[in-house]
Amino acid sequence: MGRRLLLEHDNVAGIETFDVYRKNGGYRSVEKALKSMSPELVLEEVQKSGLRGRGGAGFPTGMKWSFLAKPEGVPRYLLCNADESEPGTFKDRYLMEKIPHLLIEGMIVSSFALGANQSYIYIRGEYMWILDILEKAIAEAYDKGFLGKNILGSGFDHDLSVAPGGGAYICGEETALIESLEGKRGNPRMKPPFPAVKGLYGCPTVVNNVESIAAVVPIINDGGEEYAKIGLGKSTGTKLISACGNLVRPGVYEIEMGITVEEFIYGDDYCRGIANGKKLKACVPGGSSVPILPHYLVTKTAAGEDRLMTYESLADGGFASGSMLGSGGFIVFDEDQCIVRNTWNFARFYAHESCGQCSPCREGTGWMEKVLHRLEHGQGNLRDIDLLAEINKKIEGNTICPLGDAAAWPVAAAIRHFRDEFEWHVNEREESQKRNYGLIREPQSIA
Amino acid sequence: MSSSHTDLSKRHSEKPVFSAEKMAEVQVLFAQYPEGKSKSAIIRVLHMAEEEFGGWLSIETMDYVAEVFNIQPIEVYEVATFYTMFNLEPTGKYVFEVCRTGPCMLLGSDSIIDYIGTKLDIKVGETSADGMFTLKTSECLGACGYAPMLQCGKKYHEHLTKERVDEIITAYRAGQTPN
Ligand SMILES: Cc1cc2nc3c(=O)[nH]c(=O)nc-3n(C[C@H](O)[C@H](O)[C@H](O)COP(=O)(O)O)c2cc1C
Ligand code: SF4
Ligand code: FES
Repeated sequence: MGRRLLLEHDNVAGIETFDVYRKNGGYRSVEKALKSMSPELVLEEVQKSGLRGRGGAGFPTGMKWSFLAKPEGVPRYLLCNADESEPGTFKDRYLMEKIPHLLIEGMIVSSFALGANQSYIYIRGEYMWILDILEKAIAEAYDKGFLGKNILGSGFDHDLSVAPGGGAYICGEETALIESLEGKRGNPRMKPPFPAVKGLYGCPTVVNNVESIAAVVPIINDGGEEYAKIGLGKSTGTKLISACGNLVRPGVYEIEMGITVEEFIYGDDYCRGIANGKKLKACVPGGSSVPILPHYLVTKTAAGEDRLMTYESLADGGFASGSMLGSGGFIVFDEDQCIVRNTWNFARFYAHESCGQCSPCREGTGWMEKVLHRLEHGQGNLRDIDLLAEINKKIEGNTICPLGDAAAWPVAAAIRHFRDEFEWHVNEREESQKRNYGLIREPQSIA
Repeated sequence: MSSSHTDLSKRHSEKPVFSAEKMAEVQVLFAQYPEGKSKSAIIRVLHMAEEEFGGWLSIETMDYVAEVFNIQPIEVYEVATFYTMFNLEPTGKYVFEVCRTGPCMLLGSDSIIDYIGTKLDIKVGETSADGMFTLKTSECLGACGYAPMLQCGKKYHEHLTKERVDEIITAYRAGQTPN
């Protein structure tokens, strides 16, 4: 088992309380930053760490922070994205439920670096019980002088509160999140202006994922360089992976970036292989929005190298034979699963969650869902498969926010790798309603 | 986003009003936002209103929330109709939201949905004859590793089997919260 920087104490009894958290080294980074560092120095450490956003896009956190506009006399905001709604993703929930103070600690230090005197955690409405846990922890932090006015005598004031959503995947998109936090419908905004210039209430704003903010704590405690020693290349540090689907041991794991996918799926410290002695059929390694990989591209790249749990290796091969680390929602399919059915299921998700502002996304996701439903239920024809590709092209790049692309790409990937299985649903209509296709054959040449 | 339409024939007979205690909670929420930005608390207050006034948002409830925020009712309707958690029609005493998304489907959520429907003799979207349970489906609730699952109020019920569903229904019927 590798080093655990975030979840080291997840099983310590009472770790959700301030006292136990503090006894286990909690809030040291706040003391260090506020008493002995300048905001610029904190930013520098985060830059040195190489930390990349854990919400899905992997954008370097230090760089994002450095873009924050700092006009005189205008408040700045830090918003924590705890909307966590990407199918397959349940890591932020685990962190907040188990160690709420770690997120609060990260919020204080990050806000100090950004010069934000007010920050909010925007949490999906369905996690209402976690909102209770967070509010309890926040009250303790106020009580102990880690939040509020003049924290630890440093002169830095900081207020933190939590706001729930109301059930809408799109509110995980940062500008939709801002709209929602302003008390409106969660319709994404056109960019530019970017939130770094005009975000919450028109003020400069940084939006970061729960895990990104929590990672700032070990980065400040141990230094950015130490953090960057873990991992491989531009994938530094540890990453929370939420593993689900047909696994012996699904759950949330903190991994050192760079372990092999093989070890993650089959290793004793991690998922321990495919459930019920079945074979691996496919894997969606980074949440429903990333391309699906057929079994022969999961543990090896098209070039025959070991595939690693890093941003780069999971993306190796591009759209032709790679995928993405995404949100860390690692979904595993065994040989009995139907790819057409799953593709339809995800398409239904995106059709349901499209906010409806852009017609290519609103109409396109609806059409993809209908066509895939037809195929899955043995009522499709071969032209439908090409029709899906056409709808895809109409959506891609023609929308305000990336949800349109997120809906289109997984369908394209499923057809690319599993075309035989889609065609079988047309050519063997009746058979396809009675049994599953099984494993797909490895093509003679990949890519 | 699925659009919902409120059936105007269903109304609250009395005007909903927050107790003094609830109103104080609302004031605490307002204070979390800058001067003039209290509308930021609207989703939270709608959740509160739903809980206080019968588990759904009637036109009267939404109009009352508009009063609390000193905004136009349409601004409240706009928000309430966007977010899927808000019930714009009356529901049963307990609402089961069964996750139907991919990872849960891989672990058998379809058969759990069918089982609950058969057991309660209702289809998805309907309420049982005794008014106790409404069956709904939902998209991924962030419990994919503990699938299949359902949410009821604030509670997540995970690792569902038919036997677990039986226990859960029995407990709610007896007025207990199953663990
Ligand atoms: C449709 C959509 C949904 C998203 N959902 C989430 C989410 O639930 N949580 C999250 O942290 N980021 C989500 N994101 C990414 C955010 O827009 C944003 O990039 C992220 O919160 C930035 O944080 P990070 O740099 O720390 O990763 C989503 C993006 C899109 C387009
Ligand atoms: S791409 Fe889809 S979800 Fe994004 S703004 Fe347009 S309609 Fe809304
Ligand atoms: S797919 Fe059901 S909780 Fe995520």
